[in-house]
Amino acid sequence: MNNKSLTLPAKGSHSSPGGARFVRRFRRFLRECWDSRLSYLFLAPFLIAFCGFILIPVLMALLLSVTSFNGFSFPTFIGVHNFIALLTQDIVFMKHTLPNTFKFALIVGPGGYALSFVFAWLIHQLPRNIRDYFTLALYAPSMAGGVALSVIWIATFSGDRVGYLNNILLKLGLIETSQLWLQDPKYLMNIMIIVTLWTSMGVGFLAMLGGLQTVNTELYEAGRIDGIKNVLQEAYYITIPSMKPQMLFSAVMAIVGTLKAGAISTQLTGLAITPSYSGHLMTNHIDDYAFLRYEWGYASAVSVVLLVISYLVMRFCYRLFAAKEGE
Amino acid sequence: MTQLPPPKLSQLSRTLELFRSFQKPLFLRLSKLKRVSISKSLLIVCFIGLAFFMLLPIIFLFNNAFKPMNELFLFPPTIWVKEPTMRNFEQLFLHAGAAVVPFTRYLFNSVFVVFLSLVVVILVSTMAGYVLSKHRFHFKGLILSMIMLSLMFAPETVAIPRYLIVSSLGITNTYLAHILPFIASPVAVFLMKQFIDQIPDALIEAAKLDGANDLYIFTRIMIPLAAPAVATISIITFQAVYLDIEGSTLYTTKETMKTIGFYVSSLTINLQNSVAGQSMAAAAALLMFIPNLIMFLLFQRKMIQTMLHSGVK
Repeated sequence: MNNKSLTLPAKGSHSSPGGARFVRRFRRFLRECWDSRLSYLFLAPFLIAFCGFILIPVLMALLLSVTSFNGFSFPTFIGVHNFIALLTQDIVFMKHTLPNTFKFALIVGPGGYALSFVFAWLIHQLPRNIRDYFTLALYAPSMAGGVALSVIWIATFSGDRVGYLNNILLKLGLIETSQLWLQDPKYLMNIMIIVTLWTSMGVGFLAMLGGLQTVNTELYEAGRIDGIKNVLQEAYYITIPSMKPQMLFSAVMAIVGTLKAGAISTQLTGLAITPSYSGHLMTNHIDDYAFLRYEWGYASAVSVVLLVISYLVMRFCYRLFAAKEGE
Repeated sequence: MTQLPPPKLSQLSRTLELFRSFQKPLFLRLSKLKRVSISKSLLIVCFIGLAFFMLLPIIFLFNNAFKPMNELFLFPPTIWVKEPTMRNFEQLFLHAGAAVVPFTRYLFNSVFVVFLSLVVVILVSTMAGYVLSKHRFHFKGLILSMIMLSLMFAPETVAIPRYLIVSSLGITNTYLAHILPFIASPVAVFLMKQFIDQIPDALIEAAKLDGANDLYIFTRIMIPLAAPAVATISIITFQAVYLDIEGSTLYTTKETMKTIGFYVSSLTINLQNSVAGQSMAAAAALLMFIPNLIMFLLFQRKMIQTMLHSGVK
């Protein structure tokens, strides 16, 4: 009691035993914190940077999303008006951005994910000494990244007869006149999807390769005894359940990759807004409102919607791959 | 774990298999052996095709970077370069030197920024990973769950608040604007924590008994043992920073402070209608790709080794 009243005299003068216990506990908590000060010190640089460039930006986006803000004058509070406008008035969003994003995300996300698994699994079947070369070959495009490869894509999908794709297709007689691949709204989306799939064997792919090595090989023998007939059954019943943690990690990486891929339309066409919004994704929509129209409140509302969607997708992946009890 | 068979059983099955195979006539056994190797070699052949297909853009990039001007205008267009020339690189380093900002300046900026970011990110992530893995303290669970949640964080989604923060810190047009946003890397910390998790605690206990303090344990035991994870983090960070153009487009207005990624993207944006610029852009893009490639070649094995522990449970 003495100690307590020394530290907290105002509260300590008429405190019940419960309060005293609380204060004692709090003091113990502080002492423990002080004892592990070195841990906090080690963690501090990361935490500061984490707060500054991840946590606070997300919170700020949440705050800005309920304001009207043009980047110069002080933001004014307008409630959920931005979200209502997004759902009811933003024709571009409803007509182009949302369908485009769904198409793009549904193909690139799960598609790229499935491709990385299939390729990782096939590579794992190869003899150990040549695995590395194939890993390198599949991983190389994602290393080059969108910026470096857009040089190549622009030449490949160039609209005149000198364009590589046009030339090949003309020669094969599949098309009669050269197509404006990157300017034609009909094709742009599909090209974006193909190009992004090409570069989707990133960290998630490597994680799966690592995961495949962790699978206990005795399980395969046990499976054979239990009546597993072919390799596909083996992959489905043994391999995937055994590497669930890595599958989950690379699912998260696939979500990030899909989120980041929005810039590809700009890199391909050289335009901030693609022809008749054919390649317009959520991230382009945000950039459009943020850096062309300077409606930062509204842009933040869109980014909050994007964050919420990606969070939900991640929850779904966790549900799908979470390690069940007893496994 | 319940599915794990007792070792006896697997041994039994192996003997059974062996026994059965001996019952078969010799030629049947041989044919089985042959079939396996045929399917394997078929797989390898398919994979060579696939690898070639995946590498096409890279091959194309290499060839284009060495193409002389006249080969770009050839009809029909060719992928393979006939008379390789270093002219594009020369032009990049010498001709572009006469422009407002020489190419070497972008290159220097990139190298400088990447180097500093690498050092800082490795240090920060290793420190955080070590503490999160081996120490016990309050709020650890909270911090860990925040890191898990932010694994899916893509900076592109909150570009505006990040811009506001960078400008309010007053670091626009400095190298810090390129470096600071990359320091907190949840993926790096996560991988590092997972890797350190499997380093036995007994090692640290033993070192502590011998009188080592935390700093000593960290620098002399943790960093050497976590070398594969450090290599992996450097690959990931290198890629992220080196290919980044956000720092150049949003946080810097001065041309002298921008990086090579921005330069390449500015070259490609003008590329839509000019064939002539292609080879120079390809040369610049190749210079962007090569360092990444070297990094990966150096650390590939270590990276896979780290990925063994990358599972999210």
